[in-house]
This record gives sequence, C-alpha cells and structure tokens, in this order.
Amino acid sequence: MAIRTLEELISGAPAFTGLSPAQLELIAGCGANRHFAAGQRVFTEGEDAESFYLIREGAVALEVDAPGRGPLVIETLHENDVVGWSWLFEPYRWQFDARATVPTATVAFDGACLRGKCEDDHELGYQLMRRFAALLIDRLQATRLQLLDVYGHAGAA
Amino acid sequence: MSEASGYIVQRDELDSLFDALRHSGYTVLGPTVRDQAIVYDEIERCADLPVGWTDSQDGGSYRLHRRGDDALFGYNVGPHSWKRFQLPPDVRLFRARRGDDGQLAELAEPPRDRPRYAFLGVRSCELHAMAILDRVLLGGAHADPADRVRREDVLVVAVQCTQAGGTCFCASMGTGPTADSGYDLALTEVLDDGRHYFVLDVGSDRGAELLARIRTAPAGAAEQRAAAAGRERAAAQMGREMPAGDIRELLYRNYENPRWDEVADRCLACGNCTMVCPTCFCTTVEDVTDLAGEHVERHQRWDSCFTIDYSHIHGGAVRSSTRSRYRQWMTHKLATWVDQFGTSGCVGCGRCITWCPVGIDITEEARAIRESDGDGHPNA
Amino acid sequence: MPAPPEGPDPGPMVPVPFAVESKRQETADTWTLELSPAGDGEMPFAPGQFTMLSAFGTGEVPISISGDPDRPGALVHTVRDVGLATAAICRARCGEVLGVRGPFGRPWPVAELVGSDVVVIAGGIGLAPLRPAILSLLARRERYGHLLLLYGGRSPEQLLYMDELQQWRARGLEVAVSVDSAGPEWLGHVGVVPRLVARASFHAGRASALVCGPEVMMRFAVAALGQAGVPAERVHASMERNMQCGIAHCGHCQLGPTLVCRDGPVYRWSELERWLRIREL
Repeated sequence: MAIRTLEELISGAPAFTGLSPAQLELIAGCGANRHFAAGQRVFTEGEDAESFYLIREGAVALEVDAPGRGPLVIETLHENDVVGWSWLFEPYRWQFDARATVPTATVAFDGACLRGKCEDDHELGYQLMRRFAALLIDRLQATRLQLLDVYGHAGAA
Repeated sequence: MSEASGYIVQRDELDSLFDALRHSGYTVLGPTVRDQAIVYDEIERCADLPVGWTDSQDGGSYRLHRRGDDALFGYNVGPHSWKRFQLPPDVRLFRARRGDDGQLAELAEPPRDRPRYAFLGVRSCELHAMAILDRVLLGGAHADPADRVRREDVLVVAVQCTQAGGTCFCASMGTGPTADSGYDLALTEVLDDGRHYFVLDVGSDRGAELLARIRTAPAGAAEQRAAAAGRERAAAQMGREMPAGDIRELLYRNYENPRWDEVADRCLACGNCTMVCPTCFCTTVEDVTDLAGEHVERHQRWDSCFTIDYSHIHGGAVRSSTRSRYRQWMTHKLATWVDQFGTSGCVGCGRCITWCPVGIDITEEARAIRESDGDGHPNA
Repeated sequence: MPAPPEGPDPGPMVPVPFAVESKRQETADTWTLELSPAGDGEMPFAPGQFTMLSAFGTGEVPISISGDPDRPGALVHTVRDVGLATAAICRARCGEVLGVRGPFGRPWPVAELVGSDVVVIAGGIGLAPLRPAILSLLARRERYGHLLLLYGGRSPEQLLYMDELQQWRARGLEVAVSVDSAGPEWLGHVGVVPRLVARASFHAGRASALVCGPEVMMRFAVAALGQAGVPAERVHASMERNMQCGIAHCGHCQLGPTLVCRDGPVYRWSELERWLRIREL
C-alpha cells in the first residue's frame, strides 16, 4: 500500500477541489493526521476553536447538551465533510459539541496557521472562502428545511 | 482537656452514669448489638452495650467478633450514625384534610415534643459529623424550627477511640481520633493489668452538673497516661489515609479525568454510601394521600444522589450516567461542600468504604485522581 | 379557608394557604393565577424569586413569581401544565386553596442596573420570571437608559402576555418578538432570539442583560451578547434544577458548588460559565 501524502488525501474533498498543487501544499502544511475513537469528544462548546477537521473516514455528530435531555444531535458529518467553522471568525470559540460516533480518521488543520497563510496569500484565501461559503450555504438551506419540522402534524404544538 | 477535670469511673460503677442521665430526664441512645452489627438505639444500662465485641472492617466487609476481654467500647462505627436522630429517615412535615366540598378544612403540623436524648458513645468523627450537619440544617437563612428542636437539649457523652478500624481515616481528615470539644462528658476506656476503668473528662457545665450523681474518683497521673496511651494507639492504627494537599482544587481540575469512567464500571449506584454516611443530608419531599384525596400528608424522606430521579428536570435526569452520579457524590463530599457550607463534608469515618458492596474506597479514588491529575482534559 | 396555625412558628416547610382569586389562560397549556392569603396578609417578594407551590396532595413545584413586586397583596404565578403537580394547580378553580412556601432565591439585581441600558432576553415561559423585573424597571423608568425586551417562542400561539407588551412599549420598553415558525398572518420576526441581539441597539459599554429561558437558548443568547460587547459579568441568568425544599436542605438543586434555591436562581453569568461546560454536572 502506497503511503499517500496529505495533499493527496485532501485533494478529493469538496472543500479543496480544484486548488492548485501549490495551494494544496500550503494547506497541507497546516494539517496532520488525527484519529478519534468511537465516542471520543472532538471539541466542546465554549472552548477555543483552534483546529478544524476534514473527515477521511468515519462520522462525527454535532451536538448541543441540554440538561435533563442529554446531548441533542443537530447534524451528522461524514467522509469528506469539514467539521468546524468557528476557527474562521472571531471569537474563535466552538458553538457546539462534536463527537466521533465511530472510529474516525481525520486530517486536523491548525486554524491559526491556515488563517495566517490566507492573510499572506489573498488568492489562496479567496479560493478557500469561495469553497467554504458554498458549503455553508448548503448547510444553511438544509438547516432551514430541518427547522420546518415538515413531518410534524399541522397545528401540533 | 485540663488535668483538673480528670476523673475515673470504675467499670462496675458505670451504671451510675446511666442512672444520672435517667434521673435528669434523659432517654439514652447508644450502641448495641443487633442483626450482627453495632447499631444505635435506646439503651438502659451497661449490659446493653456491645460488651466484649469488636468489629473488623474493610472495603465491602463488616464482621463482629468476640474480643478476648470485656471492653464496652472496643469497636469503631457501624452502619448507623447519629444522623438518624438529627435528620430522621422519615419526617411528617404536615397533615391536611379536605372537607366534603373539596376545600382545605385543616392543616396541622406534627407535635414537636419528644424525649430528651442523651447520645452515649459518640466518637470524634461523629462529633464533627454532627457539627457539619448542624451547619447544613441550622446555618442557613431558612432553618426549620423542627430541626432546631431535635438538637436542643441533646446531651453528648463522647467515647475516645482507643483503637482504629480498618477503614478509618479520621486522622488524615483532622477529625480525630481524639475529640477535644463538642461533648458534655467524654470517656476513655482503659483495660490494664486486671483493672477496667474509664477516665472521664468534663466538657461543659451541663456535664459538670451530672458529675454529682456519678460514682467518680479523681484520676491520677498513671491513669491519665494510660488513657492517653490508648488514644495514641488509635491514632497510629488508621486503616486508610486521605492523600494530603488541596483535594478540593484537585477535584475541580479533574471533572473529565478517565478515573470517573473506571469507578463507574464498578459502582452499582446502590446508594449504600449515602445511607451510612453521617453527613449525607439529601432528602426528598413527597405528598401522600388516601384514595379519596381527602387526607394528605407531606413527608420528608432520606434520598440519595445516586438515584436516577434525583436530578430530574424537563422529562429527564441531568445526571443519567453512573459516572456522573459517582462524580457528583465524591466531588460534593470533598469539594463543592466546602463552597456550599464552609467545611469539608467528609469526616473520615470509613463507613462508605465498609458498606460499599464492591468496596469502592474514597481515599483510593482521591489518590488515583491525584496520580492522574489533569488527564482527560482537552488540553492535556 | 382554615385559620393560620397558632402557636410556635411552623417553619419554612409548612405551606401557607392561599386562595385562587382569579385565573387567566395564556396559551393552550399555560395559566396565570392570582392568589391571596388568609386575612390581610401579603407576601412581599423581590423580582426573580420563586415559591414552592402545591395543590394539596399532588406534590409541590418551584414556580417563579410573575406579579408586580410593588403590589405584594396579590401573589401571581404563571404555570405551565407539564405534570401531575402543575396539572392540579392549573386546574384549580377560583376560591380553591393552594399551598405556598416562600419566597425563596436570589432575585434579579435591579439596584445594580441603575444608570445602565438593560437588555431583557426571554425565551418561552422564561418571560414569567422576568415580568416582575420589567414592571420594576418600568415603574422607575427615569433611572435607566435604554430598556429593551427580546422575546422568543416556538410559535405565535405560545407567546405570553401579548396584550401587555403594548402597554410596556408605551411605558418606554422597546420590544422585539421572534418565533421559530409562523403562518403569514404573523407580522413579527421569524428566527431564533440570539439573532435579535445583533440587530438590537444599545450601548454595550453600559448595558446589562437579564436572561431567562431554556438553558440551551440562554447559552446562545449570552454568546450573542458577548459578541455584541456585553461582558459575562453584566449578564444575569435565571437557572433551573430539580428543587424540592427551597431552603438549601434537600440537596437536589446542586449546580456545582452552588445551590440554585439559595445561590440562584439568578446567577451572574461569569460565575456560572465554567460549570455549564461540564456535561452532566
């Protein structure tokens, strides 16, 4: 089995499709492999958002903890999904909990490192923001649809 | 203890203490053997005490054995604590009756009068436990007069430990084995060279008043030394030890320590520890009615933070895992109690270790967390 | 109604009988009851405090007082029917007697707010414990800067006190209401309450916030306040845990090193933050 480089690992993901080899190398420079066991916490609401993750294999649940009801799963993320956006914007703090639901392999990116590279190379920054914006709009549409609670009976409280 | 207040009572004169207490209107509560354990109940004379008995205690184990001598207090603490009299297991708060029209016709609280109690055989750890419970029940802005009445007039005859039990760790908690205050009278038992007597110390005016009716003689230097030797022996024999240092801060740093998962694998959430602990004070308030809903009573009953319902809000429990419930109990006892009430909640009596069916040891858990301090923290 | 018990002080665990004077249905499952004690009694209270309320025989529940602290002769509670005890209370007819213990708890720090802008954020039935604070602030309107209520609920049918909001606007409270979902006849906002924070106008540098609602909503609302420049030291939230005695004896309401019935229900958020991050605390 050939050992694939980080660039090879991330190039297939929608977040990074179509970037030049040089750009992929810059991004990969901020990344490292990171594995999570089933049930392991990936990040916790309220803590500093220093990294984000590209799922290579496995699944991560985004959750909110409600005392008395336990963790409520908002969304599950899978292969090639990016987990975590709070590293992009101040106050760089996680808004939700994230937990690997099965053994999960990710590439973990250092948020500060990548923000720095985007500041230095605005073309890289622009290309990344375009791709991230598309992913975020996609999630927003899906969340709106989820909120409509279309399966509930009409007039139910 | 001042030398001037030292007396001795011979073993065969000790019933005069019971007589003195009875004469002054006290009902005596003290240790007695029942169901293969030493429990606290009404007693009337020395013969009711666990004469010649001792206990051997370890994690999840309590056995009574015959001693080679006839010591009256040659054991440590059993499953009962004085908490059952300070905070009884079931208290009726009030009774109400609805009339025929469904309206409230009567609302009555239970009568407050009760016997005057003398607690005989209170150990140093127990004196501290009573004081801790007093602070919880009587020290806040909304003390219940019924709790105050239960404490008024209680006369305390302490017994100084002359041996320590297998699960005792009062020395490392600063709560014993020797009591130096909080009692009206204190006894140190001495069996020495064929002699059997008690060195009696007076701790209050009320104790001093009783002296006239007890058959005492002044304690000599040799007798005082023998009593002191017994107390020192207890201090040297401690079965367990709470690790030194700031346990409160240690636990505040370690809410995500993996040790909690490890102990949760063993803990049955049975709540025995909370039942036997002399400071656990949690109660539940429940309404009880007859079938017609005409007679209503509200009761306050012992509860345990280990039950699934304990933290129930909005259709679920805040602490649904055993892990979170064990963590709650231990951090409350050793850490958050300090912030809530100004003292530690633990007196080192060891009952929780003895009566845990799987022998979980609070001192061992504290040590394990100290040794893995910081593990499980996301930034670790 | 039976005469108050004579003799020694019955203590805080024996309820005082109060009769239901009037009752108003707010939503499908929520009623506001006005109670009065035997004789000429009254129960003075501070905004944010609660009582332990029961219909005799069906258990007791902590309910925030939702009335006007300047009118202590009428004890007002807004109760949602979610179980046996609250169902019995909501079902009580006028003239029926309920048991009341209290008032208990740490109130909204209204005195600390003098001179500030005050942002009141309420979610669902969380507006009930805030109503006494709002009435208190409006009664002394000249002492405060900008006063603002951001109120959110699931749907228009589940909002409380809608008729009163107009009166509050007239008395100097800016009000913005948002629901999670609505039909076309709803002319207010649709969206989550934290989003109203970013849109609101107040001086972050001299603003304090009073927040009450489902715990998840409060966490997000406080995060939004933080982003708008209101520090956690000036945010106060009303918390809830299982409560049985109300007098810091039964142990149930422990929240870390605090007891909600005694050290709350109103907390300064900066003291609470680190404890709310611990799951199953």
